[in-house]
Amino acid sequence: MGVTLSESAAKHVSTFIAKRGKGVGIRLGVKTSGCSGMAYKLEFVDEMHDEDLIFDSHGVKVIVDPKSLVYLEGTELDFVREGLNEGFKFNNPNVKDACGCGESFNV
Amino acid sequence: MALLQIAEPGMSTEPHKHRLAVGIDLGTTNSLVATVRNSIAVCLADESGRSMLPSIVHYRADGSIDVGQSAVLAQASDPRNTIVSVKRFMGRGLKDVAHVETMPYDFEDSPGMVRLRTVQGVKSPVEVSAEILRVLRLRAEASLGGALDGAVITVPAYFDDAQRQATKDAARLAGLDVLRLLNEPTAAAVAYGLDNAAEGVYAVYDLGGGTFDLSILKLSRGVFEVLSTNGDAALGGDDFDHRLFCWALETSKQSPLSSSDSRRLQIKAREAKEQLTICEEAPIHLKLASGDEINLVITREKFAELTAHLVQKTLGPVRKALRDAGLGPEDIKGVVMVGGATRMPHIQRAVASYFGQEPLTNLDPDKVVALGAAMQANALVGNRKTEDDDWLLLDVIPLSLGLETMGGLVEKVVPRNATLPIARAQEFTTFKDGQTAMAFHVVQGERELVSDCRSLARFELRGIPPMVAGAARIRVAFQVDADGLLSVSAREMSSGVEASVLVKPSYGLSDDEIAGMLQAGVERAGDDMAARALREQQVEADRVIEATEQALAKDGALLDATERAHIDEVLAALRRLRDGDDHRAIKTGIDALARATDEFAARRMDSSIRSALTGHKIDEISV
Repeated sequence: MGVTLSESAAKHVSTFIAKRGKGVGIRLGVKTSGCSGMAYKLEFVDEMHDEDLIFDSHGVKVIVDPKSLVYLEGTELDFVREGLNEGFKFNNPNVKDACGCGESFNV
Repeated sequence: MALLQIAEPGMSTEPHKHRLAVGIDLGTTNSLVATVRNSIAVCLADESGRSMLPSIVHYRADGSIDVGQSAVLAQASDPRNTIVSVKRFMGRGLKDVAHVETMPYDFEDSPGMVRLRTVQGVKSPVEVSAEILRVLRLRAEASLGGALDGAVITVPAYFDDAQRQATKDAARLAGLDVLRLLNEPTAAAVAYGLDNAAEGVYAVYDLGGGTFDLSILKLSRGVFEVLSTNGDAALGGDDFDHRLFCWALETSKQSPLSSSDSRRLQIKAREAKEQLTICEEAPIHLKLASGDEINLVITREKFAELTAHLVQKTLGPVRKALRDAGLGPEDIKGVVMVGGATRMPHIQRAVASYFGQEPLTNLDPDKVVALGAAMQANALVGNRKTEDDDWLLLDVIPLSLGLETMGGLVEKVVPRNATLPIARAQEFTTFKDGQTAMAFHVVQGERELVSDCRSLARFELRGIPPMVAGAARIRVAFQVDADGLLSVSAREMSSGVEASVLVKPSYGLSDDEIAGMLQAGVERAGDDMAARALREQQVEADRVIEATEQALAKDGALLDATERAHIDEVLAALRRLRDGDDHRAIKTGIDALARATDEFAARRMDSSIRSALTGHKIDEISV
């Protein structure tokens, strides 16, 4: 299980890291806030912490802290286009309900 | 649902808190919008994947408006209602616009800014620009999935207050919140990260479709100062296309082509030029309406030879800009290339050999200005780490602000490149005895004479207590806030009377084009000095003439008829010289009058001492 990237997401993450010029991987996480209780965190990673869990997905290191993993177990991060807009989307099987905008959720 | 972007470590924003900001390059020929996404500045493309929006607005008879690609074709079919290069009219009066007679538009010279009569009514350049900005705003909102929090819009370094204000107004009209206007060369330097580099002087070489601009920037303590700008408003990539087009005509020995063939050959020439950037040679192949064919191959070497004079022509402004800045090519730490035409290898070679270093070319020269503006916008809305706060660029005064003094001369109070906000004060005094009012004329520009600068505002200070000339102390304070809004106040120090004016730059009061003014300020320094000397002598002559007249009126009785006649004669001679243009002759006349009145002055002195002493005992007078 763990956390995975879709092929498209992996491709984009690698491109962004290359253009940014540094970074060992990408961090997925959750924090408590937002209108539905929890919010996703999506960040570049320059330094890892001791407790971090690392998943390798299509050649990209996906880094998750153990507390977040509880809420993210089985999540796939996808990269999608909606009209002119494009960005990442969490496909998280643990989510019971999310706020309309999808930036925060409940488990 | 909202799509997420990757944040910098530790910089994830609270849900709904990420602020959407864009940078906009509002260009003469093309415009672009960019933003920072996943920590990388990117230009936003339309549905067809095109980033560049042609800066063309077509007002159709049915009331609809086409902007960009869809308006390109209307240039030929409906030229009067298809506005191209509207940027040239921003904040400009009709007399400021060059080559009006060759343009297909129906101009209306309204006070301030020129307007255009279209099938949809009279439009100001601000409205036309707003149409372009609105399309870019909608594209950005669709791409970012929300309303924009703010935008940074770029303007040429030589834009004056009226042109900058017109640009801000256009943005407001388009529903954009302008975080800041940024100079185009500065934006290009920001895109290359030069603002994070050590201090130094940089050159920005911007060869667009139809214009060439060269700016010398100095970075110090987070401020980009524009040391000098120069350029050629009628030189660009289009001239290279045209040279190739002419070569194809001559070589293929075709008689003058029909306008449709001619247009197609021009397109072929441009394609060949672009291909030569990548390949050593390119074909120009066109089947004419007559059935004849043009079938040529152009090599990179031949193309470089054909256009060598155009490349050389760009180096003239480069030399002048360096000279204005008092620098040599060896003082330049880096050269930034902007504009699609700088992709041509022989241009890059010429620039490299002139500056003795390879220019910066790794960013797309068409996009680099928009990318820099996006990075600045991202920082201004607070999407960056706090420790990077010093990264914010400061705004500077683009052209000096000053006051008109006697004789139509400019006294600069706030120098060009002063960082905003700023307050500067200077003391002035009265010119005549008993003067109770003073008129202030606020001007902007680098030249010595008021008539060569742009007039911004006028106001008067009344109620100055009568004093002898030069005794009153009037403190004039200039204040420019962070938004570039200027207020000027004048205060007579002994009585405290005060007057002030808030300057919202009024459009189109200029006599000269500011772009020219900056360079002219240095180029014509010699003329200016002569003009200044002349005005100074004229002012001095006026003062001497008036003082002599007063003295004659009061104490004329001290002179006999011959003496009086001599002074009158010298006085009349000085009046004649004063209206001439030889400052040395005026000086001679002033000296002559001084000599002629020497004896008279001595007698007046004696007489006033006598009258002062009359009726007093010697010991009452303290020495």
